[in-house]
Amino acid sequence: MKHAAAGTALAAILLFLSGLAAVAQDASEKEIERYRAMISDPLSNPGYLAVDRGEVLWAQKRGTKNVSLETCDLGLGAGKLEGAFAQMPRFFADASKVMDLEQRLLWCMQNVQGLDTKDVVMRRFSGPGRASDMEDLVAYIANKSLGMKIDVPLKHPKEQEMAAIGEELFYRRGGVMDFSCATCHAEDGKRIRLQGLPNLSKPGKLPQETMGSWPTYRVSQGALRTMQHRLWDCFRQQRWPVPEYASDSITALTVFLNKQAMGGEINVPSIKR
Amino acid sequence: MTNVSKLAVLPILIGAIAFSANASAQTARKPADPALVDAYVKSTFGKAPPEWQARIEPDETLKVCNAHRNEVPSAEVDKIIKRELAKVAYPADGKLLGDWKEGKKVANNGRGGQFSDPEGTVAGGNCYACHQLDLAEVSFGTLGPSLTNYGKDRKFDPEEAKNAYTKIYNSQAVVPCSNMPRFGTNKVLTEQQIKDLVALLFDPESPVNK
Ligand code: HEC
Ligand code: HEC
Repeated sequence: MKHAAAGTALAAILLFLSGLAAVAQDASEKEIERYRAMISDPLSNPGYLAVDRGEVLWAQKRGTKNVSLETCDLGLGAGKLEGAFAQMPRFFADASKVMDLEQRLLWCMQNVQGLDTKDVVMRRFSGPGRASDMEDLVAYIANKSLGMKIDVPLKHPKEQEMAAIGEELFYRRGGVMDFSCATCHAEDGKRIRLQGLPNLSKPGKLPQETMGSWPTYRVSQGALRTMQHRLWDCFRQQRWPVPEYASDSITALTVFLNKQAMGGEINVPSIKR
Repeated sequence: MTNVSKLAVLPILIGAIAFSANASAQTARKPADPALVDAYVKSTFGKAPPEWQARIEPDETLKVCNAHRNEVPSAEVDKIIKRELAKVAYPADGKLLGDWKEGKKVANNGRGGQFSDPEGTVAGGNCYACHQLDLAEVSFGTLGPSLTNYGKDRKFDPEEAKNAYTKIYNSQAVVPCSNMPRFGTNKVLTEQQIKDLVALLFDPESPVNK
């Protein structure tokens, strides 16, 4: 399984390389150097290091209750990981809330493990010398839906509400630039500077390929990133305030985007620019 | 002014066509309860400083744009143009063309307004994010039309330069619910920066016209 995925990663690197000329002017020398190092070892998508770390974290006893996350219910039953990510975000009766994977993990840390999540949230995005439990756990758990299809449940009224609100937020303009998600993601074949922008406003191939490729190893950042980080970065470009990590608008947008991406194949962790 | 009003006819037509084509889709859409949407926004951005929260509070015009996803019904077009035109301040001395060399820098600068920007960052216009201008700049986006030879194609007409000033100052005074930012009205760019951009578009020496 791992090697098949690594092959895809290689293809992704090669595909990227063909586009490298275009972005080279923007990429720093250092980044190009990093690419060269990676290409010399093409069978490694560094995203799989996060998967391995996540596997350890999942089984690690922590918190006041000194238990692992192995009894955490991600929607398909306690501890069942296969296919769980493909059906998230979803409604959880015990929390009476629609949650994405990251919200759910925080909930399990607090309620199953009795873990104070302050430190985990502080390290939500990894940086040099600072690993992120959340990124690693998401990589591990999402990878357990490899090859499956995005199938976000939309039966529960709360799930439907989330999808409707997510759609509304997608079109809500604001900030000093009057931007919304739709400013950059509602037309085919557009780009900002040289960066291609997927049209996420209508269901189909583009949202499928997009949502099926997160979490992803971002070569330019040297880190595995989750949808929480992607949307945090897009809100930054949108000139909106810092969105609260694992908050409801992010989940609502993710439900909406996954609704657009229904049936898309999950191929994660992927590797991207 | 006559040119501005002539320009304004086009969006009315476009708006009307877009609206009729989308009318069925629009009636089919049941919008989420606005109070609920606000509650979600509050839960995600409620910890931001008050001035940041004020920035994402849609004004009267954006409320209309949001409700119609930018495909404004013709009844709203004139109202928006009138409202936004009233927000445009023209230079006191009547001089609209600044220094194109400075304008070139402003057009290339995409900094400013992001939560990652240090306080006091001078904002740019980021025009290249969406427009082609100088042919020598290959890194340009396509969310807006190409502006190469903009002044030349308009015979360097001063009235057209005034329209461009209006457009940059407040894009929605020309095209209601335009995706282009309202740079002057939203205080992203100063009057001087906008004059420099008009020069970038209308100075015969500007690389945009070469
Ligand atoms: C000002 C421009 C801008 C705005 C506004 C914006 N984005 Fe993005 N978005 C980008 C860029 C640039 C990328 C990166 C494309 C790349 O690297 O290939 C991107 C990437 C993405 C991706 C991942 C695409 C992929 O192929 O992996 C998603 C999902 C996304 N945006 C969703 C959103 C949502 C939801 C919003 C609103 C909250 C939003 N964006 C607002 C510019 C924007
Ligand atoms: C987020 C995208 C975006 C940015 C950034 C942007 N524009 Fe635009 N611009 C557009 C779009 C879309 C149009 C076409 C629709 C319209 O006229 O509103 C446009 C139209 C224009 C026009 C009118 C073109 C015509 O048909 O006569 C001018 C002039 C212009 N832009 C100048 C600028 C300048 C100068 C800047 C930088 C300060 C800038 N724009 C930044 C999106 C953008």
